[in-house]
Formats: sequence, C-alpha cells, structure tokens
Amino acid sequence: MITVGKLCEDFYALTAAWGIPWIVPTLVVMTVVVGVVVAYIAVAAMFLIWWERKISAHIQVRFGPMRVGGWHGWAQSIADGIKLLLKEDIIPARADKVIFALAPMVVFGASLATYVTIPWAPGLIVKDLNIGLLYMVAISSLTVVGIIMAGWSSNNKYATLGAIRSAAQAVSYEVPLVLSLLGPVMLAGTMSMGRLVEAQGGTWFGILPRWFVFPQVVAFLVYFTCALAECNRLPFDIPEAESELVAGFHIEYSGMRFAIFFLAEYANMVVVAAIATTLFLGGWRGPWLAIPGLSAEVSRGLFSLVWFQVKVYFLIFLMMWLRWTLNRLRVDQLMDFAWKVLLPIAFANLIVTGLVMTLWK
Amino acid sequence: MTINLAIFYVLAAFTVWAAAVVVLGKNIVRAAVALIFAFCGMAALYVLLDAEFLAAVQVLIYVGGITILLLFAIMLTSRISSPTARVINDQVLLSAVAAVGLLVALIYAAIRGIPEFPGPPRLPETAPFIGRALLTTYVLPFEAVSILLLAGMVGAIILARKE
Repeated sequence: MITVGKLCEDFYALTAAWGIPWIVPTLVVMTVVVGVVVAYIAVAAMFLIWWERKISAHIQVRFGPMRVGGWHGWAQSIADGIKLLLKEDIIPARADKVIFALAPMVVFGASLATYVTIPWAPGLIVKDLNIGLLYMVAISSLTVVGIIMAGWSSNNKYATLGAIRSAAQAVSYEVPLVLSLLGPVMLAGTMSMGRLVEAQGGTWFGILPRWFVFPQVVAFLVYFTCALAECNRLPFDIPEAESELVAGFHIEYSGMRFAIFFLAEYANMVVVAAIATTLFLGGWRGPWLAIPGLSAEVSRGLFSLVWFQVKVYFLIFLMMWLRWTLNRLRVDQLMDFAWKVLLPIAFANLIVTGLVMTLWK
Repeated sequence: MTINLAIFYVLAAFTVWAAAVVVLGKNIVRAAVALIFAFCGMAALYVLLDAEFLAAVQVLIYVGGITILLLFAIMLTSRISSPTARVINDQVLLSAVAAVGLLVALIYAAIRGIPEFPGPPRLPETAPFIGRALLTTYVLPFEAVSILLLAGMVGAIILARKE
C-alpha cells in the first residue's frame, strides 16, 4: 500500500536530515520487515496446523481438537508450540552435528527468503524484483538441500531414505513446475510479481475477470500438481511417508528444530499458494468498496489485502482436501507421472501458448 | 560505494572459505554442502554485479539441480561417505603448482593493471536481452550446446541401463 511505502520514505528522509548514514535506517527497515514476515509466518502456520487438523477430522467424520482454548480448540496449536519449545533438544550421538544443526536453518531460511517477492496488495511487496518469479523458484529449490542435509546427518536409514526420495522427487517435479509457470509469464511478458498482477486487470470478453487461469488452465493444473509434490504433501509425500518411513527426513529431530521444519512446511504451502494466486488468480485483484472515512486508495488496499489472503487460503484448503482424500503414489508411479505425463503436457501448453500468441497478433 | 565494497569483501571471503572447505574437507558430504554455500556466494556476487538473472539461474541450476544430484549420487554410493574413505586427490603437488601459477599470474595482472575496457551497458532488466540474444544472434551455439547435453544424457542412460 502507498502509506507503507510513504512511511518508509519519511523515515529515510528524517534520518537523512539527522545526518545518520543511509545504512542505519535501511537496516532498521529490513529488521522491521523481517520481523513482520516472521510473525505472519508463525501465525499463519499455527492457524494452518489447527485448520488442517479440523479439516482432516471433518473429512474423516471426527471432531478434531475441541478442548484447548474453548471454541473448537482454537488454541491447540499454541499449546503444541509451547510444548515443542519446552521439549529437550536431542542430537543423535553419531549424527554429523554441524549439518544436523544447519539443516532446519537452511529449510526455514529458504522459505523465509521467498516471502520477499510476494505481492500482498498494490505496492505492498518487500522488493518487486524484475526476475521475481525466477527468484522464488530458485530460492525454494534450496528447501530440498536442507531436507537432504537433515536426512543424511541424522545417521538413520529411514531419514536417509526419505532424503533420497525427496531429492529425486524435487529434481523431477521442478522441471514441469518451471515450464508451467512460463505460460503466464509469456502472456504477461514479465517475471516481476507486481507486473504479473498488473497484467491481469480488466476482463476476458467483458464477462470473466482477466485472470490467467482461464487461458492457462492446463498450466494451472500442472503447477498445482507439481506444487503439491514440492511441498511433500499427499499424494506426493513419499519423502516422509509415515507408514513406511516413520517420518522420513525429520525422524531424529525433536523440540525446537522439529518445530522449525514444521513451520517451514506450512510457510512453503503459503508460498506456493501465493505464487499460484499471483500468476493464475489475479493476485490481489477483486471487487472493492470505498470504506466510509478512508480514502479510495486505502480502502482498495485493504480490500486487496483481504482478497489475496482469501485466494491463498482457498488454494491451501484445496491442498488439504486433496491430502485427506487421495492415496499416496508409489515411487515409480511418482517418477512416471512427472516425466511421462506432466512434462509433455507442460511442453504442449508452452508450444500452444506461443503459437496462439504469435497467430493472434 | 564503500558499503558495496565491504559487502563484496564479506561475500568474497565467504565464497573462498566455502570453496576451501570443498577442496580440503575430509568428509565428502560436508564438501558437497560447502559447495552449495560456495555457489550461493557466487550468486550473491553476481547480484552485486547487477546480473540478477544469472544469479537466480546459478541458484536454480547449480544448487537446486546439480548439487542435489551430486548429494543423491554420494548417498547412493556405499562407503564413500565413511570417514575412512580417501577423498583427497593424489595429484596434490601438480594442482598446487597450477594454483600457485594462476595466483602469480593474477597478482601480476592486478599490479600491472588491467587494460581499460568498456563496462557492460547498464540494463534495467537483463532477462529479456539474454533471451533475445540466445534465440537470435547466438541461436547456433545455443542449439549446439543443447545437442551436446542431449547426447550426454542419452549416453548416461545407456551406461546406466545394462541390457
């Protein structure tokens, strides 16, 4: 929103007037932004864990958490978080201690860094990079590195197996994922997240909103499938398949380190849903009303903020729904599906998009 | 400008440290993990040189692809990650001579001064220019590299499948 940007500029101008070198206010703004993002991730993850437990329970005709906090057990995640914080931090005796300690940091750092280019509302984006989308895809591939580090350093065969599966899966699904993202990028002619949303203003044929999901529905489905695999969620959760690998790569982790893995997993869900929202569902676009007492700019910004969250959480709801409905794929089915089904579809979509764009001119 | 320079020195020291761990590390998995940090440091240096696209591709391909395959191969190879396995090359002397020679050449060049050459034009966005150049002016080398890589992949598959 404009007001946030203006606040920063005022702050910069004020400190410049006091003669403080520019690095100091820049660091202050950076720290505040990181604090806000981490707070958002923590709250979103706690909400999502509770929400997932409720959704899974209702799909399985149960109640889920009902007691902690009163209304439908809303405080369950807070209680779980406190419990995890207080638990003993155990490092296996024969683990590689440095890599074991580093792994959760890499995983969480990677998902935190992708929040830089999420456009929350018009103008409300930490940094609208020209290569925003490429940056997000590149940084989120670091998550797998952390998973492999965790799996190997635990010195546990289930953890190593989970890590190997995760590596194979991530490398395979990243290819159709990137190819499916190219469709909207071709339509918009930019990789900047902000301008991708700008490109989706207006309507198709005067009725439908000009979202890229309508011309790029194939790309959207390919992306969503690959995103599920990148998040290690059912039906693609073989890296942590609890019934065969116990828990996969994070089997030896306890307490705070385990909590960080858990947090990163839900933070990643928000990231992939945010990418899908920005590229295919028009980002923060949506109908808005002027709120009495506020300027048009501010009320539009507030509505946009809400619209973005609504779309993101709708996609996350879909991911949870799929998780509790579908079966897990076998390893060979998983690989076949990526290379023999998704990849040709993604390529075909790319070629057709290019042809239509060339011929339409 | 001085802060950019300070950031450069920090990043350069980090990258060199990570690269030294890759070469000198006794444990091959730690070496591979350090390689990831070295690649990330390189990407950060590219960002400092305004080559954002190159930086993102560096992370995506080298960290997200190649190093993960490397770790994958290491984990599938039995005994290679055990502490008793030899990971240091036998040709230490030869590589030391090559490294010292390169260092001397670089120091000599730095002292003599590098001839002034025009810096690259400062582009607002590098990705569209790289894309256009790859598919127009440099389309032949681009396709040649693609065919080379394809041949390499086919060869690897034939080697991996015995029958």
